[in-house]
Amino acid sequence: MAFEPREDQKELKYDELRIYSDEELNNYTEEELKNFKVKHDISMLEDLESGPWPSFIADAKRGALHRRKLADDRMLIERDVIEDMLGQLQISFKDGETHWKHGGIVGVFGYGGGVIGRYSDLPDKFPSIAHFHTMRVNQPASKFYHTDYLRSLCDLWEYRGSGMMNMHGSTGDIIFLGTFTEQLEPIFYDLTHILQQDLGGSGSNLRTPSCCIGRARCEWSCIDTQDMCYELTHYYQDELHRPAFPYKFKFKFDGCPNCCVASIARADMSYIGTWRDEIRIDQEAVKAYMGGEIAPNGGAHKGRDWGPFDIQKEVIDLCPTKCMWLEDGKLMIDNKECTRCMHCINVMPRALRPGEDTGVSILFGAKAPILEGAQMSLLTIPFMKCEPPYDNIKENVIEPLWDWWMEEGKNRERLGELIQRQGVSKLLEVLNIPPMPQMVKEPRSNPYIFWKEEDVPGGWKRKIEDYRARHAR
Amino acid sequence: MGLSTERLGLYNPEKPMENRITDLGPRHFWQYFPPIIQNNYGKWKYHEILEPGVLVHVSETGDKVFTIRVGGCRFMTVEHVREICEIADKHCDGYVRFTTRNNIEFMVDSQDKMEALKKDLQSRKHVSGSYKFPLGGTGAGVTNIVHTQGYIHCHTPATDASSMVKSVMDELFDYFQGMTLPAQLRVSMACCLNMCGAVHCSDIALLGYHRKPPIVDNEVMESVCEIPLVIAACPTAAISPTKTESGKKSVKIKEERCMFCGNCYTMCMALPLSDKEGDCVTVMAGGKVSNRISPPKFSKVIIPALPNNFPRFPEVCESVRRIIEAYAEGANKYERLGDWAERIGWEKFFEKCGLPFTEHLIDDYRLAYDTYRTTSQFKYTEAAWNVSKAVGGVE
Ligand code: HEM
Ligand code: HEM
Ligand code: HEM
Ligand code: HEM
Ligand code: SF4
Ligand code: SF4
Ligand code: SF4
Ligand code: SF4
Repeated sequence: MAFEPREDQKELKYDELRIYSDEELNNYTEEELKNFKVKHDISMLEDLESGPWPSFIADAKRGALHRRKLADDRMLIERDVIEDMLGQLQISFKDGETHWKHGGIVGVFGYGGGVIGRYSDLPDKFPSIAHFHTMRVNQPASKFYHTDYLRSLCDLWEYRGSGMMNMHGSTGDIIFLGTFTEQLEPIFYDLTHILQQDLGGSGSNLRTPSCCIGRARCEWSCIDTQDMCYELTHYYQDELHRPAFPYKFKFKFDGCPNCCVASIARADMSYIGTWRDEIRIDQEAVKAYMGGEIAPNGGAHKGRDWGPFDIQKEVIDLCPTKCMWLEDGKLMIDNKECTRCMHCINVMPRALRPGEDTGVSILFGAKAPILEGAQMSLLTIPFMKCEPPYDNIKENVIEPLWDWWMEEGKNRERLGELIQRQGVSKLLEVLNIPPMPQMVKEPRSNPYIFWKEEDVPGGWKRKIEDYRARHAR
Repeated sequence: MGLSTERLGLYNPEKPMENRITDLGPRHFWQYFPPIIQNNYGKWKYHEILEPGVLVHVSETGDKVFTIRVGGCRFMTVEHVREICEIADKHCDGYVRFTTRNNIEFMVDSQDKMEALKKDLQSRKHVSGSYKFPLGGTGAGVTNIVHTQGYIHCHTPATDASSMVKSVMDELFDYFQGMTLPAQLRVSMACCLNMCGAVHCSDIALLGYHRKPPIVDNEVMESVCEIPLVIAACPTAAISPTKTESGKKSVKIKEERCMFCGNCYTMCMALPLSDKEGDCVTVMAGGKVSNRISPPKFSKVIIPALPNNFPRFPEVCESVRRIIEAYAEGANKYERLGDWAERIGWEKFFEKCGLPFTEHLIDDYRLAYDTYRTTSQFKYTEAAWNVSKAVGGVE
């Protein structure tokens, strides 16, 4: 099988796109790097060069040396940008405070997001980072790349920016870290015209959606995470680039309840792959696990001797719903009772697989603590088939929800906060769905029900005279 | 057409709308799947971790893909990305992938290629000695720390991110390269309460936190900020309007009501909070996002404040190590840190980790009551005896 892009993808060949020659790319020796000194005092940072974990300072230094040795006309922002960033970082460590100014509203024309403006508050000392804006470049779903593309991005970014980046920012975008205002549009033009690549979202709009690796390399995925992520990102480009929402909005797609991209904690709308038929069992493989022939949990516990595998203790007893048992050496599952927590499947991937009739559960409203405390997503839609182009999800779920939120949401109110403020019953009304006990951990323990007049026989309009006719004062 | 080299490239500031292309979205993922992934899409049967950092996935077709996962800094220069490309070109036909937790994955389709790739990756070190591409981050161990910008780019941090992550990962390196823990352990780091990395559901979360109320910049308040919006931004209603002696409109802060969330500063640059002594690191623990066995849960505050001791944060490193060691010793196989703490009781968690329990750890924000213990079931620890002693209940 294969998935088709919405529009033809230009083939990108680094050799046709490149800015720098091989000679320019390999313009310093290891010896030079060892002896290289950044122009500012960075003694505290140099303390971070030792130790086994990759040192970002060591990396920054080679970036700085590489820039130093490029010819003057081979970069369009200041040569010293990395050195100045390091210099300012050292001062921030000393002062115990950041030296980036608050504010700086810059961007590319017509877009409300994708660029974060940043200015140094020490511009005289560090003129090369006087402007230090970041650009968010929308990553391909689940972050697979080819080097032709990555190398082209590097050339573009070294030539027009600082050459420092994040692979990747927390939302998932590639982050270009630090350039001057003048270069924002030229970078955007090269990205769109030459690399056929757009910016991601920031501000009060749809943030860059992201997804787990899914069916590309995970046997547990119940949905085509990349395809859903790609389709919805493209379909909602307008919402991504032009802020019309009360606040930010995030989609994340997890292929199964293991939640590798943390959709349940990090997305206003969390899509989690699941199934509604039965866990597939290979009884031969179950035996092999029980006989110790296959390492449990895909070998995740190999680093320590946990003793021989005990299916009763490690699988059956840990099943949260206690819906498994052994019968004549066979593993039995009462699938009606299973809550699809993934534990047994994780422990015995060669014996157990998710069912084949798959779809998504959809949960709403997760957010970080600002302001009223953190929230996780609320299970709202138990199961929904999802096939391209996902019209049922777009029309029945996303759009009614956005309409409600744009209508009723206060400035800087996340969806989860609106659900709290107006109540789940309002959410049900908006989505036109009935309530189900699966929406709660347990029913409420107070009877303070906001009855609506139409719920109560005879309505609310009563006359005190009638009451008094029955009861003396 | 190659990448442009003129100063303004393809952009014409005289006609900013000319030839503007918008709404392209991301590039399509399929072209970046190596053939082995394309051919076996949706057909994967099972996987195994061969050794820390090395996975094999086996397809119904019989194909195998070998993946080597290596740690990475999310901050990288183009030089580093080009080195990644060099490796990908040499071993993987130019394909490479990044994970959600900022690791890098190289994939090959045979064991031999995997061995060659592994050797190559292990041999690469920075001139200062640290690995460029350490193998690990798989199975029951500690994988890479997801984090936010800190002093490298943001204006609101209460601590730095990249340096703390480097220091903690150095400290936990054995756990990154080993699979010796009861279950996977996810560490996350955010440099302020905005939590751009959403660290609130991690086994261990490191959080920069301010502890001094905002300073009011009366001089500019009325000219740079919308005062009603600033007042509305404060969740505890600590901000009220006032006038300065010279008659300028400004705000005043009821300091005892401030919870140091920084929301006012997000709204208004005239209310900075950061401070060398005030800013600190809060440690949270016991959260998770997976639905495995128990439902996802929030991390809980377990250390209210550790000093911002740049650049290596020894107190943070030591505390994290201590928690992980206690967990490694006490938890059952498959038990996540939060599940362990709940099983033994949080009072035992504090005892086993050797962490003091201070009044800061008892919730006093809204709905705090939900976290109070309302049963006579508890375990005796030193902390309990201290209460009994203080009240004259025991000698
Ligand atoms: C009505 C007033 C304001 C609101 C509601 C507001 C809201 C926000 C929000 C929600 C963000 C986070 C965006 C993200 O995460 O990407 C943000 C970021 C930002 N705010 Fe504001 N803001 C306001 C006023 C200001 C003012 C007065 C300034 C500058 C003087 C400013 C400068 C910025 C900048 C530059 C960013 C981008 C992220 C950054 O670099 O800080 N904002 N703002
Ligand atoms: C709002 C609806 C409530 C209902 C219908 C309700 C109902 C009841 C009932 C039927 C009992 C058993 C009473 C008995 O047999 O003597 C009880 C006991 C109790 N309830 Fe509630 N209750 C409510 C609210 C509350 C509230 C708001 C509180 C505290 C603020 C509360 C605290 C208690 C306590 C402490 C007891 C135990 C009393 C005792 O056994 O001495 N209840 N409740
Ligand atoms: C605003 C709240 C409440 C008000 C105004 C209220 C009022 C009263 C009054 C006036 C009586 C005396 C009734 C009588 O014997 O003539 C009474 C009795 C009682 N109330 Fe409440 N009450 C309240 C809340 C509660 C709650 C929360 C509980 C549950 C714990 C409760 C449990 C009782 C019980 C057990 C009696 C005694 C019934 C009996 O005689 O067996 N009340 N209450
Ligand atoms: C009220 C809450 C928040 C505010 C005011 C806020 C503000 C900001 C600001 C000022 C930056 C710029 C950092 C820089 O200098 O590059 C930023 C970056 C970012 N924010 Fe937020 N943020 C908030 C919550 C969140 C949350 C909850 C998430 C994700 C779940 C998030 C995701 C990001 C991402 C991915 C970045 C890009 C930089 C990075 O990867 O660290 N933000 N935010
Ligand atoms: S969320 Fe599930 S399907 Fe997706 S990568 Fe993780 S385990 Fe695999
Ligand atoms: S998936 Fe979870 S609930 Fe279902 S049988 Fe397996 S362990 Fe039990
Ligand atoms: S967590 Fe706070 S300090 Fe860190 S990048 Fe986000 S807003 Fe900035
Ligand atoms: S830091 Fe938060 S609580 Fe304190 S004054 Fe500002 S908005 Fe209010």
